[in-house]
Amino acid sequence: MSVGAPKIPVTVAEVVTVTPMVKRFRFVRRDGAPMLPFSGGAHVVVEMDDHGTRRMNPYSLMSAPDDTSGYEISVRRDDAGRGGSFYLHTHVTPGTEMVIGSPVNLFPTNARARKHLLIAGGIGITPFLAQMAALQAQGGRFELHYSARSSDLAAYADDLTARYGDRVHRYLDDQKQQIDLANLLPGQPLGTHLYVCGPKGMISWVRSTAHALGWPETAVHSEEFLAPPIGAPFTVELATSGKTIAVGPAQSLLEAIEAAGVVAPYLCRGGACGECETSVLACDGQIAHNDHWLTDDQKASQTRIMPCVSRFAGASLVLDR
Amino acid sequence: MVLDFNDETFRGDFTYRNSAKAIARFPFPFPEDSYMYSVNMEPHVPGRPGSVFEHMFDVDEHYVSEMRDRAMVLADDPLRCQSLPHMALAGWDLLELIMVSKARDYPHWFTLTRDGNRWHWINRPLQIEQKFTFLDETTLPCGPMEYITRQTQGDFTLQDQRDDNLWLEAGMVTTQADWSLDFDIGMSFHEWHAPVPLAHELRVFDRALKFLLNLQLGAPVRRFNWTMTVDPLLDTSPENYPTWGPTKTTMTEGTIGQRQHLRVELQTLQRLPRSNAIVFPIRCYLIRFEELVSVPKWARRLHRVVRDIPDEIAAYKGFLRNKPLMLAYLSQFDDGASTSPGFWPD
Amino acid sequence: MTTAPPAPMKSRPVYGVLAPLPGTAHLMVADGEGGAALIDLLAKADDPAMLATSHIIYVPGPNGSDMTHDVQALGAAQFRRSPTIAAALPRLQKVLADAHMGLQVYAAGTEGLIGQVQREVMLAGLPWQAVRTEHRGSTVRRVQCVHCKGITENVRTDPFPCSHCGLNLFVRDHYSRRLAAFQGVNIDAEDPGRVPPALDRFA
Repeated sequence: MSVGAPKIPVTVAEVVTVTPMVKRFRFVRRDGAPMLPFSGGAHVVVEMDDHGTRRMNPYSLMSAPDDTSGYEISVRRDDAGRGGSFYLHTHVTPGTEMVIGSPVNLFPTNARARKHLLIAGGIGITPFLAQMAALQAQGGRFELHYSARSSDLAAYADDLTARYGDRVHRYLDDQKQQIDLANLLPGQPLGTHLYVCGPKGMISWVRSTAHALGWPETAVHSEEFLAPPIGAPFTVELATSGKTIAVGPAQSLLEAIEAAGVVAPYLCRGGACGECETSVLACDGQIAHNDHWLTDDQKASQTRIMPCVSRFAGASLVLDR
Repeated sequence: MVLDFNDETFRGDFTYRNSAKAIARFPFPFPEDSYMYSVNMEPHVPGRPGSVFEHMFDVDEHYVSEMRDRAMVLADDPLRCQSLPHMALAGWDLLELIMVSKARDYPHWFTLTRDGNRWHWINRPLQIEQKFTFLDETTLPCGPMEYITRQTQGDFTLQDQRDDNLWLEAGMVTTQADWSLDFDIGMSFHEWHAPVPLAHELRVFDRALKFLLNLQLGAPVRRFNWTMTVDPLLDTSPENYPTWGPTKTTMTEGTIGQRQHLRVELQTLQRLPRSNAIVFPIRCYLIRFEELVSVPKWARRLHRVVRDIPDEIAAYKGFLRNKPLMLAYLSQFDDGASTSPGFWPD
Repeated sequence: MTTAPPAPMKSRPVYGVLAPLPGTAHLMVADGEGGAALIDLLAKADDPAMLATSHIIYVPGPNGSDMTHDVQALGAAQFRRSPTIAAALPRLQKVLADAHMGLQVYAAGTEGLIGQVQREVMLAGLPWQAVRTEHRGSTVRRVQCVHCKGITENVRTDPFPCSHCGLNLFVRDHYSRRLAAFQGVNIDAEDPGRVPPALDRFA
């Protein structure tokens, strides 16, 4: 985190199986105080001590932003991932004590929008749950198009229809239902903003369709949390701290830096926000840049790296940390 | 209660004075003998008891009179308080922040009772009692930002964050050092800072913007800004420049100690929870040279800062014309002795 | 601040060159020599489909330049000549109110025209960055008097007298998109009557 932002000690108050693949977790403050309200689209970083490996994963807050009694997240189990979602699904139960960060919003709704057009794919529905609750309370205009592979993976679909009625449009891949973007976008009133949260392919498709239909870039918003990829282990020298660290295959460079007791700033931990940008003092090898933040030139020059998602292969890498 | 607050004016007969206590806690902005722009932000955490940093929002002996002066400025020119329509939620965030902070920090003066969204606010110094429904503007006499900033010292701007930028889209600006809310409202970060000389070349604003875009809930920051004002006039607006501009030309050796004021802005920056906006309070403190030189370290240092400041900055801050008179006065108090680092009096 | 001589300003708008963009409808507004920018734009596009979804509003320039004939001859689906920018605004507002996302907006000509088009677009909800702009022709400015709030049109000299309150104002490069105007500040406040000779700064 940037300096000073408080962490929140919490207890898990509730764990609910929403679909075979999705569980919802509810956090309340251990000191009994109310949570801060937040803005829809915000996420919190959840810290997990997974049998000695410290993981810190970002999850969108899905609870109503003005519900200060607790925060809720929904986690889709991903057995092919590094283990964060697996850990939450299998080891966290009501009563488990955990630590989360303060809400950070890198995917806010645009306050000037005349209408919000929300496009969700799978677990990408989570930030929209919070945003719709806030928009509803504020009298904002919105419409949701929610696509999932099957109804097992369409978490909260019935709740959404019950709550928001005709504004919710649902599509199931296994029933060959597809969002008709080419006809949906041109009819939107001037001042509509478009938001998409889901798999990478869906985001590209929505963005390129909107661009071709004349939507300005500033009216299209997307959020995609990149999970740090698994890769071959490597060693890094932290020049400022005078330490040399080993980065494990399922451990991100940022996590390895933190495990060595070195403080490094972060916000999204998903390669998108720029906060963890680190200077490379020396590089003899190849940096695997897995982020959305650095420019192509910066990546090619190998003078900067985003440790939350990027990796390295080669003889030596020296960082300014 | 009456004795807690001065009854003074910031116009006309200018009866404004700092008590000895106010002088001792004055936020002298120079930690060293020279001045140059910097981002110079530090965490806004509770500071030295009794100092202006002790609480989130400082309430001092000038509170009641300042609010009276604000009301007069607004009666004369309502355009000093504006909020673009989409900033209402940010206004509520600010109202909550100020009410909660003041009720916590000054419980003898302010009380806030909340039952869900039914709130009950008591402001004893201003003799205000208000019951209202949080988030329902129709239950307050005016919009939430205006309502609470009419009861809070200092100017406020609310900035919407979008498109990797900050946009100044609401504000209460009656104690500003010469900028126009009506003109600047709607501008982006670099645009409203455009008139500041030299700082752009130093990339001060690029770094500041990058820092602020990632400013988080619960991690407020603060910094200082300063300028000079003739007479303890809070409303040095461009709108009224034809009125106060000429007073600069009436300064003399005999009157400078009494009429020349160092004007310090304590600026804080905070992320707001529901709107994700940033609030920028700009709290103005005034001290006349005569009062300031009662602190020997400050007298020496201010002389050196004014002596060495580039003309471009003195011109931008509006005191180039009177710089010679200031130096003539201040040099009497500078014996050349060394000054301790930091801004606290010795 | 108010006593400093005018200096290059970061808030001073910077314009581009019009280029065709994909969209479902195209709104083009120009004054004076800006008409030539529209002609160039449509020549670049060379696309009958774009022409068939184009709406042009054209106003003669402040120095009298009038390209109505050539702009009308382009053959856009809708064309309107307005005698002044002020007269064009109600039409512009209605077109924007009826519009949908996918509308591309192009503004060319004087800063005053570009600024007022951007303002109407902002008020209608589209981000102002979505307007493609190109400056052509006159550099005369719209200037708001910070004291009385009146806007003086077609300012040519610096300093100049406010057309509303009469104060002598110097013209800053500080610009407000919301007002579509530059800022004018009283130049002789500290020395009443001492007004520097007016320079022909904008033409």
